[in-house]
Amino acid sequence: MIQNLVDGVLVGSILSLGAIGLTMAMHMLRFANFSHAELLSIGAYSALVFDGLFSALYPPLANAIGPLSLTWALSLATILAMAITGASAVVIDRLVFARVRAKGGELSMVFASFGVAMIIRNVLGLIFGLQSQLYSKDIVFAIVISRDPFLLIKPDQVFSLIAALIIMAILHGVLSRTTFGYALRAVAENPSLAQVSGINLKRMITLIWIIGGGLAAAAGVFYGLSNQINPVLGRDLVLPIFAATIVGGIGSIYGAVLGGFLVGIASNLALVILPSGYSPSVPFLIILIVLMIRPTGLFGEERA
Amino acid sequence: MIGVLSYLVFFATVASILSIAVLGLNLQWGNTGLFNGGVVAFFGAGGYGTLILGGTPQADHLGGFDLPYLIALLGGMVIAGLLAWVVGILTLRLRHDYLAIATFGVAVAFENLMRNAEGLAGGAKGLRGFERPLRQALGDGFTYNVLFLIFTVGLLIATYLFLQRLIRSPFGRLLRAIREDETAAQSLGKTPARVRLTAFIAGSVIMGLAGGLYATFYAFISPQDVLPILTFQIWAMLIVGGAGNNKGAVMGAFLIWGAWTASGWALSRFAPLDVQLYTGSIQFILIGVVIVGMLLWRPQGLFAEKLVVSQSGRA
Repeated sequence: MIQNLVDGVLVGSILSLGAIGLTMAMHMLRFANFSHAELLSIGAYSALVFDGLFSALYPPLANAIGPLSLTWALSLATILAMAITGASAVVIDRLVFARVRAKGGELSMVFASFGVAMIIRNVLGLIFGLQSQLYSKDIVFAIVISRDPFLLIKPDQVFSLIAALIIMAILHGVLSRTTFGYALRAVAENPSLAQVSGINLKRMITLIWIIGGGLAAAAGVFYGLSNQINPVLGRDLVLPIFAATIVGGIGSIYGAVLGGFLVGIASNLALVILPSGYSPSVPFLIILIVLMIRPTGLFGEERA
Repeated sequence: MIGVLSYLVFFATVASILSIAVLGLNLQWGNTGLFNGGVVAFFGAGGYGTLILGGTPQADHLGGFDLPYLIALLGGMVIAGLLAWVVGILTLRLRHDYLAIATFGVAVAFENLMRNAEGLAGGAKGLRGFERPLRQALGDGFTYNVLFLIFTVGLLIATYLFLQRLIRSPFGRLLRAIREDETAAQSLGKTPARVRLTAFIAGSVIMGLAGGLYATFYAFISPQDVLPILTFQIWAMLIVGGAGNNKGAVMGAFLIWGAWTASGWALSRFAPLDVQLYTGSIQFILIGVVIVGMLLWRPQGLFAEKLVVSQSGRA
């Protein structure tokens, strides 16, 4: 029970990072982006490539940091992967979403995002193969925190949680303290009025994708650290991430953070009563419950 | 010769079944503007429903009520409709994204449930013990398949005519009015939420019919038949054919199903052996490219919707 709770918090931090980017894009561009979770895959795989590259160029980088399986090479690779994933998100927007947006409805965007997700997922499968991969083949033993109640935690998971919290704190600082943060919130509130006040809408959209992509990449790497990387990573995470945004309320960044943790914890606690085969259904049940009790989510405002 | 002919019969049967599903989606998306991200759940509900109601009793899972075939098929449609009612009533009052996410979720959950709940529907092994109707009289051969094709095409034509009448009726005009401008429709005293729910359920019932026929045709259904890729295929059919146009929907279904089977055949025939493992990936990329490409270059589809002016603007 306590183990499920702790696991839920750790998974939750990954979902939160994914949900922040998704909720920002959904709020600003007004469409449910089903390809967002594929950005996690792009991030995870680019980190894998650069990790290999850095370790080969300068072997001392391949040493693990302290008790973690995380290496110096992978940490550098993660930062680069965040930049690359942000850039990919912008490119995808320019190539597909911006054009579909110019042509028509919000729902065409949803269709397009499904198409984009299929393309990314299967291209990754073609390039990297369908089998699962790992960042490190070293076995890192979980540390027994306590025996009664029994509690196991891997050092990597603790690192991921702390890193995710730091990233969220930085984002909070940017959003609440800088002109850019105000501009971003202004655009989300009322795009036309924000433009009248001299905010460049196009640049804001680009920045949203960069931030969303960067956070997704970090989430993808953290997921890969404690699980495996495979091409269907995005497919497995898309519904939990959507559940997190709906729990938090579409458009609310803080809601997404909280939603991620709630979905992570609820999914893991649900395994106490449900057989583990049913875990892919749990996010859907959470969505149904939220829609029944409070359709706008925790912090969402009503908008048609 | 008979080989080619029986393949054509097989192809036409599956394409006709999928056409029915595409027509159901067209009612939801093309005519009403409802995004259904989980077509396969309603298709599957019809398929599983039909086999459970019409199958012979089984020891290890529910079902085998041994009902007459047409009642079982109808029951499958009702089950698909009930599923749509539950999803619709929760989401149709909210902004569009919620329906997209919830329907996507219902498809994931449906497949997951069917795969795991052995007592309900046989789990990953699938649902067995269904006898195709009139099998004793007609046997399993070519004659049976031809007659089943005729039965399917008959239902396809019936669905097509029903929908053509429906969209020309006042109700059809109401659907388009809500799609184009919900507030305006509301100001004329219409209740968009209820009308949308009706259209969503009707479309899902049609998908359930397609699923029921599909399961009958194979006399078997398993979680492998309700994977998300089927949803994408059905969408691609509608988008290529032309959302809002029933003729386009049927043409799109035959076209995309033809392209899908042809690409699968070509890949298995000409691709080197080590690429064969990735046949699925390549086909999925093609479907993705078709969807995105059509939205970019010809969003109205090959056969665009013909907008009718009910009353001319001359005063």
